[in-house]
Amino acid sequence: MTAAPDGVGLLRAMLRIRRLEERCIELYSAGEIRGFLHVYIGEEAVAVGVMQALTPEDDVVGTYREHGHALARGIPARAILAEMLGRQEGCSHGRGGSMHLFDAGTRFFGGNAIVGGGLPLAVGLALAARMRGERRVTACFFGEGAIAEGEFHEALNLAALWRLPVLFVCENNQYAMGTALERSESQTDLVLKASSYEVPAWSVDGMDVEAVAAAAAEQAAMVRGGGGPCFLEARTYRFRAHSMYDPDLYRSKEEIARWTARDPLALQTAVLREEGALDDAGLAAMEADVAAEMDDAVAFARAGTLEPVEDLERFVLTEVPAA
Amino acid sequence: MTDVTAGTTTYRQALHDGLRDALAGDERVFLLGEDVGRYGGSFGVSRGLLDEFGPERIRDTPLSESAFMGAGIGAALGGMLPIVEVMTVNFSLLALDQIVNTAASLSHMSGGQFHVPLVVRMTTGGGRQLAAQHSHSLEGWYAHVPGLRVLAPATMDDARWMLAGALRDPDPVVIFEHGSLYAMEGPPPGPGPVDLDHAAVRRAGTDVSLIASSQAVHVALAAADALAEEGVSAEVLDLRVLRPLDTEAIAATVGRTHRAVVVDEGWRSVGLSAEVSARITEHAFYELDAPVARVCTAEVPLPYAKHLEDAALPQPRRVVAAVHAMGLGG
Repeated sequence: MTAAPDGVGLLRAMLRIRRLEERCIELYSAGEIRGFLHVYIGEEAVAVGVMQALTPEDDVVGTYREHGHALARGIPARAILAEMLGRQEGCSHGRGGSMHLFDAGTRFFGGNAIVGGGLPLAVGLALAARMRGERRVTACFFGEGAIAEGEFHEALNLAALWRLPVLFVCENNQYAMGTALERSESQTDLVLKASSYEVPAWSVDGMDVEAVAAAAAEQAAMVRGGGGPCFLEARTYRFRAHSMYDPDLYRSKEEIARWTARDPLALQTAVLREEGALDDAGLAAMEADVAAEMDDAVAFARAGTLEPVEDLERFVLTEVPAA
Repeated sequence: MTDVTAGTTTYRQALHDGLRDALAGDERVFLLGEDVGRYGGSFGVSRGLLDEFGPERIRDTPLSESAFMGAGIGAALGGMLPIVEVMTVNFSLLALDQIVNTAASLSHMSGGQFHVPLVVRMTTGGGRQLAAQHSHSLEGWYAHVPGLRVLAPATMDDARWMLAGALRDPDPVVIFEHGSLYAMEGPPPGPGPVDLDHAAVRRAGTDVSLIASSQAVHVALAAADALAEEGVSAEVLDLRVLRPLDTEAIAATVGRTHRAVVVDEGWRSVGLSAEVSARITEHAFYELDAPVARVCTAEVPLPYAKHLEDAALPQPRRVVAAVHAMGLGG
């Protein structure tokens, strides 16, 4: 297991996601990133907190809003940005883009743009771990919108029935695209829904990274101990629109202001200042480090090469001989 | 599985033997699906395997096609070799998202980092008065999708050996077992393996090619028998592999006979028969002495009443009539 989270490290991990995505927005506005781009700004505490509870042997299944999951899991910013620029140096060889970041080395299984589609996949990864006698945990991120999909219910039932080691992490940012939870669910208590499958479930303040880390550590230990799946609801909020195409007409300025006042980076910075663990100089140094990392990543992505069109049909089928 | 004439076996038994072999031969292989365990498989293919291999490897699932298909995909990613059984192709539509959006896409989408060595077995086809929601032939839908291999065993040998080849394939393979063939009796299969790339000529002929797959191969063979009595020599080509289609074999048979009738239990519109016909046009157009003909299922959801179901499905007499319409025999 990982050591107790280091508060400064948690802030730094969140800051890297925030600054990476701010660069993404710039690159998108400049036309260098195309397609759909869903940023995670405001939700960084969830990925960072949960990732603390995982080991390199564990599996991670992300969503289409997965830049934060990917970076927190350890995929280099260079490979992430190169992917978004469609370069062959990208973590999915330019085949996936923003919504389909993959990395075998860090056991990062997407990057899944089908809402709810990753849940059964996570169940299967956990089943394989069980059958192979490996102690891996599979962490599966999904939004609260996925709870309206049948796959949420099918997957929780199956995971609980077979007591599989899955940590289900629901990032409840209150909106499925533009549809608020109370306009899409008859029962808005998501913990109650998960509990109905006999899955230990509770909520955590998704803006408080240390709280998320503590809750995830507790659940991951339960899962790892053979207790079957757990469900963690992280209550969070995305500060930006659903995607770069979204005019964001469905939320009030007051509501957005209420949540941005609880910016997870600001909250953690205040905690660290209070503790005396971080001062202005420390914060400035961290900012400068992260800015340098992102400068380097943008330069790397821009300098990346385009895969030859002759290779278009590669990777559809496996190229290595069967074992 | 004892109701068999001495010296013969059944298609069901051949599938069972292939499955048993696969489970015995590799610890990573396991079967999951609805009623595969205690019930013995909804068509009896897995009967007895639970006792032999235990509930971890013969794994009954809830009625959750999407979840257990996804679980199969995840398990394949996690280093296992899962065989997922879906009762019928109709029910597989509940898992279509997982098959198309995940299993078939993952390798390409991840830039070749992840592979899904998954085998999906499902029943297809009509002829048993099961009506629209248990009788359709949607093999063409799966054959449309890059990233999948699609197999249709029509013979005892293929029923016995295709699974072993499918499990050696590092990518997802979908195997269609025709519901009307399970009880088919025949001589025991020969020694494997069988290849998963090529079509096979099941009967040689010189006047017309009958191109078919699955149960339609047997329709074509019956039609060829009837045509032989009229002095028409029909070649029967069993496609066997619906994706990737063996274009060379299709062009070669047309090159020998110069006429083709495609027999397909799918619907005519935008289906497998349309694809085969197009391949002939693309690759053997100047060999043709007549337009390609097609005998397909009528464009209706399959009806229950026997006379209507019979009328909807390809029958040997309709194949014979199509050959007559080309100016042969009759």
